[in-house]
Amino acid sequence: MSDLITMDDLSNEEILEILDTAERLVPVAKGDMYAPLLQGKVLGNLFFENSTRTRMSFESAMKRLGGEVVNLSSVGSSVAKGETLYDTMQMVDGYSDIAVIRHPRQGAAQYSADAIGIPVLNAGDGAGNHPTQTMLDLFTIRESHGTIDGLNVVLVGDLRYGRTTHSLSHALVRFGAKLTLVSPDSLRMPDEIVTDLKSHGSEVVETEDMAGSIAEADVIYMTRIQKERFPDEDEYTKVAGIYKMTADDLAGAKEEMIVMHPLPRVDEIDPSVDSTKHAKYFKQAFNGVPTRMALLCRSLGVKVPKEVGQ
Amino acid sequence: MSEMRRVTAICNGTVVDHIPAGKALQVMQMLRVDIGRSNPISLVMNVPSGKAGRKDVLKIEDRELTQEELDRLALIAPNASVAIIRNYSVAEKRQIELGSELVNIAKCSFWNCITQNSREPLPHKLRVISADPLDLRCSYCGRSQSIEELAKSIL
Repeated sequence: MSDLITMDDLSNEEILEILDTAERLVPVAKGDMYAPLLQGKVLGNLFFENSTRTRMSFESAMKRLGGEVVNLSSVGSSVAKGETLYDTMQMVDGYSDIAVIRHPRQGAAQYSADAIGIPVLNAGDGAGNHPTQTMLDLFTIRESHGTIDGLNVVLVGDLRYGRTTHSLSHALVRFGAKLTLVSPDSLRMPDEIVTDLKSHGSEVVETEDMAGSIAEADVIYMTRIQKERFPDEDEYTKVAGIYKMTADDLAGAKEEMIVMHPLPRVDEIDPSVDSTKHAKYFKQAFNGVPTRMALLCRSLGVKVPKEVGQ
Repeated sequence: MSEMRRVTAICNGTVVDHIPAGKALQVMQMLRVDIGRSNPISLVMNVPSGKAGRKDVLKIEDRELTQEELDRLALIAPNASVAIIRNYSVAEKRQIELGSELVNIAKCSFWNCITQNSREPLPHKLRVISADPLDLRCSYCGRSQSIEELAKSIL
């Protein structure tokens, strides 16, 4: 039984093992094979904040493995009546075998894990971390490049509030990535994260220039400027729409360079990019299913038999 | 002969010596000895010190600070020395220790941390990432904490 709150909860070896397991689970994720490994288990899917892909892919992952899902959203539940997170989690502890939580407050996932006994998976806590997204991002990178070692990765957009980039950058530097952090000054990666990234000995470059970062990139990870995270709407208006990638911008890119995005996108990736060989964001969204299957099995202590995916 | 005593010896209580110069008021805030009590408190600031050039000293009468209270000092005065005085003599010397985690000493100062909801019952926890330079992070949200902010959110 184990929680996943930040990428620090996984060693490099564990990350690679989970990716291997996820790869074997792809036929199950596609519905081409049935493997009821989690039959009789119940997932508590707790979304205190909007979600499309994360919530649906966790639900799909659980159901494809024969498990059941109980859902909670903050609208229409006792959360709206002012219940503390602690109290809500006590209920979940009684109703399910594993909890997935997304919450607008940072630290909510660790708090939940401390509050209850069943494993907790962090599906996004405010502007904090989003480790299950990182696992599917790493899966997507490995699927395209054959490795997650030593790549040149460019992260673009809202690096201040973007929890996907916080978790992903932490994982990538442990595999020797060179990181280029592209953002307007007001959305720079928080200082404590940049300090942590540099402490791994990786090269970390901060710039506002996306166009100049494309030619050398193996991966360009675009993110949305998240209106909902800005305390001040004027600040949002100043930077909204600052980065817009079109197919023409990719003319000088490496052949094998991939463009990723945790989605949803607004206008930062033009639809003209969708039909290029570089676009991987829809594949990336599918990869959430096998990756989250592997994470659910791991946290519930269920081994995926060798026959699966052979 | 040593410099003339600026503050007289106390009969019973706690003496916190070798506080970094200028930090005594912050120490009082951290120890919460400045509110709701009537103990006499003597405070000297910026006096010459052989060790550090200048130092502050705090004498709190009729109150023996507990180890838990003293550990709060590690945040701003890790090298301070503490003596418990009984009947004008040093009865005990206490060490200040900065452990690996500070539990229920201060609240995380980040506005969007889950612990900002005062009704949430779990303890406030700060992890010590590094003692020198001091790097403290909330055990829940992971945010770095500034000492100035923490002094305002002492529990």
